[in-house]
Amino acid sequence: MAYFLQQLINGLTLGAIYGLIAIGYTMVYGIIGMINFAHGEIYMIGAFLAITTYLVLGGAEMASVPLGLMAMLVVSMVFTAAYGWTVERLAYRPLRGSFRLAPLISAIGMSIALQNYVQITQGARVKSIQPIIQGGFEIYSQDGFGVQLSYLQIIIWLLTVGLMIAFTYLITSTSLGRQQRACEQDRKMAALVGVNVDRTISLTFVLGATLAAVAGLITTLYYGVIDFYVGFLAGMKAFTAAVLGGIGSLPGAMLGGLMIGLIEAFWSAYFTIEYKDVATFGILVLVLIFKPTGFLGKPEVEKV
Amino acid sequence: MMTIAPTSAPAGLASRLGPLARELGVTTFLGAVLFLPFIGLYSENLTSGLQLVKRWEDWAWAIGAVFVGRLLLIVWREWPGRRRSTGALGAALRPVGSFLRYNMTSIGLIALVLAIAFPLTSFGNRYTIDVATTWMIYIMLGWGLNIVVGLAGLLDLGYVAFYAVGAYSYALLATEFGWSFWVCLPLAGLFAAFFGVTLGFPVLRLRGDYLAIVTLGFGEIIRVILLNWVPVTHGPNGVSAIPRPSFFGFEFSRTASDGAMTFHQLLGIDYSPLHRVIFLFYVILALAVLTNLFTQRIRRLPVGRAWEALREDEIACRSLGINPTNIKLSAFALGAMFGGFAGSFFATRQGFISPESFSFMESAVILAIVVLGGMGSQVGVVIAAFVLVVMPEIFREFEQYRMLVFGAAMVAVMVWRPGGLLAYRDPTLRLGGKKGRVAPEGDPA
Repeated sequence: MAYFLQQLINGLTLGAIYGLIAIGYTMVYGIIGMINFAHGEIYMIGAFLAITTYLVLGGAEMASVPLGLMAMLVVSMVFTAAYGWTVERLAYRPLRGSFRLAPLISAIGMSIALQNYVQITQGARVKSIQPIIQGGFEIYSQDGFGVQLSYLQIIIWLLTVGLMIAFTYLITSTSLGRQQRACEQDRKMAALVGVNVDRTISLTFVLGATLAAVAGLITTLYYGVIDFYVGFLAGMKAFTAAVLGGIGSLPGAMLGGLMIGLIEAFWSAYFTIEYKDVATFGILVLVLIFKPTGFLGKPEVEKV
Repeated sequence: MMTIAPTSAPAGLASRLGPLARELGVTTFLGAVLFLPFIGLYSENLTSGLQLVKRWEDWAWAIGAVFVGRLLLIVWREWPGRRRSTGALGAALRPVGSFLRYNMTSIGLIALVLAIAFPLTSFGNRYTIDVATTWMIYIMLGWGLNIVVGLAGLLDLGYVAFYAVGAYSYALLATEFGWSFWVCLPLAGLFAAFFGVTLGFPVLRLRGDYLAIVTLGFGEIIRVILLNWVPVTHGPNGVSAIPRPSFFGFEFSRTASDGAMTFHQLLGIDYSPLHRVIFLFYVILALAVLTNLFTQRIRRLPVGRAWEALREDEIACRSLGINPTNIKLSAFALGAMFGGFAGSFFATRQGFISPESFSFMESAVILAIVVLGGMGSQVGVVIAAFVLVVMPEIFREFEQYRMLVFGAAMVAVMVWRPGGLLAYRDPTLRLGGKKGRVAPEGDPA
């Protein structure tokens, strides 16, 4: 029971990371119907920015930890958003209205280019930092096995929940959110009623990149180890999460992320850690066969 | 490529200097922002931990490069008298495309003759034949994937899985049971096709993008299994000492094993290690030509026509009584089979395989070959394979920047020529005009 609880806590933390990345996939898919393959790389850039900011602030000797963390969060979000915006502008906007595979290929190219850009400029070696936030408390103990809940995990959960609330508000109740949803439903019609479609799509990428940056920061804080290759697998799993939850649905992305996180944590704990990726993708295949719209997705109507 | 909406009448350049300068300024500023944390700052790995290194000079160079690049782009765009509608690259390639299209058979035959003659000429040294063999492998993979992506319109991001299945089935059958290459080659193809059907059966009912992600996942699953199923696949160590193929039982070695005869004894010539390299080149050439001929023929059969019809409009096909799942499955299985053939050839040529050779990057490269070449175009595959595989081979000194340029090139080609380098999609049958003319396409070499 104690072991189970511990895995639940770990899985939820991991799931928060996947969920934050998955939102970027799901939003972009919802609005322009493409798999933004480079999104995993955007997340990786967010993680690198967190490390660089940490070093700029003086590393372990930074003056104030809470302020330092805020600075890392803001800097990483701003710069990553700039990357997200540029990627859309360079690689996707010129291809709008092109055939279906073109943006996907362009996205794969962008992903390869970004990965190698970071590898060349920052080196191929693993970057690791000391944990910034330490400590925690034991919430439950059984047969000498204590369930640890660290302060960092609580911060991660609070941050994720806070972002989700802010995001839901943004999408449901602001003008930007309405424009975003309008474009999602019908881009041409939205343009006719005066929505600036290009700007809205750009903003979608910026928002997705911002959340990916948060996920990157969390990874840096939680694991303390990143390299230029982290984006690929995390991105793929986050996409799986988005599909699992129902692509196009924001709560679905978060739900899917949490599910993937839990599956991974429990599979690693009770079965073999080597095959955790196989488990994730196996479940994806099962879901797609039996419920192709995902858990919270809307069924797609095929039109002639 | 931030393009200002083209003004209809080319107004005086002077009046647009303001916006152009602003455009230049914005790009340069953006470049400065983007490069600051990656080029301007560097987290160096030291034994004591990470240390921040400032590289302002590199940063300045990078900003300068962005500035100059953008300036050149503006000058090129605003150059008086330039046609606005089409890109120069497109205009340059169009006559090439149409020339190739209408002289396909003869060009193909010439290319085939050249390819056969090539190893025997003075150009055919060990290095060039090796590079040509690699080129041929990718052409074959491209043609195999073209069946799935180009003809049937199914996006497969895990093609390398079938390549891996083919490679491992030959490698394991040969090293564990001592079976010969020529027995294993069809078996490897069958295995790969079997995997294709097993994977395809549940997932081919899905829509395109889901199919893409499932195949991507499948590719990863195969790689993870190869990596972790140590008793069978030897894990990350891979399979080594894979036997080389023989020429109808005649080996390519200096001295024959018991009771056998070597190739050079058969012909009565001196032994040269080049013989095997040349022989391997001919094997892959034959396999690739076989793939191409097969594709050319099957496009004219009902099943091939059904693939292309399905790519264009699935609903229409269903209402005409075509079973989409079976048709897609056949494309998937055949594409996988050619992947398997190529895989077993790869194994015998390298003599050593490990899961590392079958990463997602390989799938991406093969897909890029098909798409950059212009989907469905057989010649396009040849050219794209040259651009993506042979060029990087030649520019090996720039190893570090190879993949960066590769990725950027993929984006650039898509932006400038979204249909691929030789983009055209000929219907196999036409109404009116040239009556029922069967469009010649493809290239037997």
